[in-house]
Amino acid sequence: MTSPATKPQDREAPRMTERTTPQFLGFTPARAAFFLVFAAVVALSPLVLYPIFLMKIYCFIIFACAYNLLLGYTGLMSFGHAAFFGAGAYLCGHAAARWGLSPELAVLSGTVFAGLLGLVFGWIAIRRQGLSFAMITLALAQMMYFIALKVPFTGGEDGIQGVPRGHLFGIIDLSSNTALYWTLAVIVLAVVALYNRIVHSPFGQVLRAIRNNPERARSLGVNVDRFKLVSFVISAAMSGFAASLKTVVFGIASLTDISVNVSTEVVLINLVGGIGTIFGPVAGSYIILSLEHFLSPYGPWLLLIQGLVFIMFVLVFRQGVVGGLQKKLKSHL
Amino acid sequence: MPFDLNVNLLISQMVLGLVNGVFYAILSLGLAIIFGLLGVINFAHGVFFMLGAFIAYMLLETMGIGYWGGLVIAPLIVGLIGIAVEILLIRHLYKLDHLYGLLLTLGLALAIEGLIRIVFGQQGLPYAIPPSLRGAVNLGFMVLPLYRAWVVVAGILLCVLTWIVIEWTPLGAKLRAATDNPAMVQAFGINVPVMLTLTYAAGVALAAVGGVMAAPIMSVDPAMGTNVVIVVFAVVVIGGMGSILGSILTGLGLGLLEGMTKAIFPEASSTVIFVAMVAVLIMRPRGLFGKTA
Repeated sequence: MTSPATKPQDREAPRMTERTTPQFLGFTPARAAFFLVFAAVVALSPLVLYPIFLMKIYCFIIFACAYNLLLGYTGLMSFGHAAFFGAGAYLCGHAAARWGLSPELAVLSGTVFAGLLGLVFGWIAIRRQGLSFAMITLALAQMMYFIALKVPFTGGEDGIQGVPRGHLFGIIDLSSNTALYWTLAVIVLAVVALYNRIVHSPFGQVLRAIRNNPERARSLGVNVDRFKLVSFVISAAMSGFAASLKTVVFGIASLTDISVNVSTEVVLINLVGGIGTIFGPVAGSYIILSLEHFLSPYGPWLLLIQGLVFIMFVLVFRQGVVGGLQKKLKSHL
Repeated sequence: MPFDLNVNLLISQMVLGLVNGVFYAILSLGLAIIFGLLGVINFAHGVFFMLGAFIAYMLLETMGIGYWGGLVIAPLIVGLIGIAVEILLIRHLYKLDHLYGLLLTLGLALAIEGLIRIVFGQQGLPYAIPPSLRGAVNLGFMVLPLYRAWVVVAGILLCVLTWIVIEWTPLGAKLRAATDNPAMVQAFGINVPVMLTLTYAAGVALAAVGGVMAAPIMSVDPAMGTNVVIVVFAVVVIGGMGSILGSILTGLGLGLLEGMTKAIFPEASSTVIFVAMVAVLIMRPRGLFGKTA
């Protein structure tokens, strides 16, 4: 190594007067204001944009929050979140299409399955740190991809198609895009609020202590590996939750959901939005999914531009859009 | 006796597996050298492997330069690209958290793969085996295509040569010293920044040699880099960081294991290396040859 690498602190928000600012459920006035703006956008955007496209964004916001909890607040870089996304998508699709479960139970089974897989993968991967951790998670996810390609359960190249949307709690008919949209709108707002609450809870404080200095956290009596694992499992389960919702919206779970592109996409979303921020996953999902939406007709150009965005943000704009904003506003967003 | 047949199949699959093992060894060797000195996991390593194959293809199609010329020129071109990449991009990240190096090279991999797909299309392209290496040798238990035999022999020689350069020459001594303590080596008047640039270039040029050698075996395909680099990451994890010889042996050994699985339980051949990684992590978390976790 050429020089002592700086600790991941430059990912962190500027040292702020967080302690003296009044908080309610983890919301400072600044974060509450941002949350209200987001809620307003969620409420008004279906007037101008396709609800299906917006719902896809919301699924990825949840996925990106799950990822940022791990990378931004625990300091663990996973390159294998496609495994949890894919696992959630397949099990939810299987539960709804073949077991005939109602959507809430199908989503629940996808979430639990991804969480269990996260427990196993986390238990294996946490044995190594830093870059090895990233390589292990990537390899484990690729293993899942090959398994998904081979076993009959996933439907191979066809995937699980025709997943019914069904009736939420037996009452709300989700086959109408309007009903599904408002269901997802409520869910995504709740998840962002929950994510903010987790980050600003005592548990979140411990995670950040581990991120900033694992040895110090250990010397203070924190069971570092245990906390890392819990954070990993929460992140995996949340990813499975996001994927399950996506399966309900689009009615399909396929190999795309478990391919390495999904893992890189969620990294890119958080890099652009802001690693270690609350609203980074939100902003990043809007930006990256819009980019993909408009570039997808041009095939490989999307890959080239994604790569260039990666390079540009790593070199000149590491703190991301929201990270840059919070530096200006001197408040953790 | 069907069992007899199986033994033959097993051994011939292992010999063929050794071909893949050679590619794993060449790639993980380059990754290990780059990581050792630069502290960067080069996600773009697979893409440089792929570039080697594509440049050889282009040399043949546009200028009629065949395999042997390609084997020399393609790595040189990739090495030059490597120099540019290190100076323009990677150099700016040394003082930061290592994960940014991974992110940057990931972006680089996506961009180069996208560019290749735009220029050459999405399909794989054929690259003929050079005339001098066509045909096959009969080893008694199997008929081995001459080209594959060449890849195994040349690949292993290349790895051993690299290992000798690093362990036994003054240049290698400087490299190892700079890996241990760059500030001290700089104080002795060695230009460490230039050394970093050249190390990166040498590492990716090595990957390009592998790519040219792979071109007649795999089709020249934009996805060939990403597919192989993930397996190589698993190989690096199994071998453990920090041992040059370890990464060569692990690469070859896992190629053998993969070939063996192809003969015994073909469905698992694409996953066996990952399963081996899990087993090693559980039993020996720092890897077979690793010094630290």
